Amino acid sequence: MKDAKANVSPDSLDAVFRALADASRRELLDRLRADNGQTLNDLCARLDMTRQAVSKHLAILEEANLVATLRRGREKLHYLNPVPIHEIGERWIGKFERGRLQALSDMKKALEEGTGE
Amino acid sequence: MSKPNFVYVTYIRTTPEKVWAALTDPQTIRKFWFGITAESDFKPGSSWALKFEDGRTADTGEILEAVPNKRLVIRWRNEFKPELKAEGWSRCTMEIEMADYYPDFGGKAVKLTINHETAGPKFAEAVSGGWPKVMANLKSLLETGDIAFK
Repeated sequence: MKDAKANVSPDSLDAVFRALADASRRELLDRLRADNGQTLNDLCARLDMTRQAVSKHLAILEEANLVATLRRGREKLHYLNPVPIHEIGERWIGKFERGRLQALSDMKKALEEGTGE
Repeated sequence: MSKPNFVYVTYIRTTPEKVWAALTDPQTIRKFWFGITAESDFKPGSSWALKFEDGRTADTGEILEAVPNKRLVIRWRNEFKPELKAEGWSRCTMEIEMADYYPDFGGKAVKLTINHETAGPKFAEAVSGGWPKVMANLKSLLETGDIAFK
């Protein structure tokens, strides 16, 4: 079990990639990133999707552990859970590459925003 | 009660006892928390502090609830950055339970849920950068005996 790959089981990887392979579900994650802890009603009010569709997508995201939920009284709050994405990062991004990749990503961002020198 | 700013969940193939031990043992905390460790006896009402490797205090607070192998609640304030300290007290809840591990595939694992109700936006930002890495490290340590982020 010393192999770093052992840290992410194939089944959990499948669930995460399957959940991410859908534009509507990525949209839901973006909505939660902008405003964490929303109810199903909050999410439906701001999206052009049926309540049933939002509910189904949230269930898939929750199974993949990309959305975490919390009960507050009668309400169920939905949170973006980035932990599985960090776990995937560990698998393919070595600890020595991390700094260089961050620098590259910062440079791309700066150039695309037109703020790079 | 205000709603938490963040809820983080990870599934770890281990036992609740081992997760509790990792969260409350200073020597183990140091391994998955980038050299930071905690000083506390983890009893309700006791003081609690996070310390950097050089001995400086990172955060301080109080243990509000401690149910071994189940639940730990900490009243928490940053101490080393004035702008974070100025935002005041936050509340961190850690819950440990057995759950289905990725339900499609069966099997059980420990579900560790950490939520943090922060008082202000700067502390919230600091927390959101840190917890996912700390949790990924803890999972890695308990499942493989090694950590990913150093």
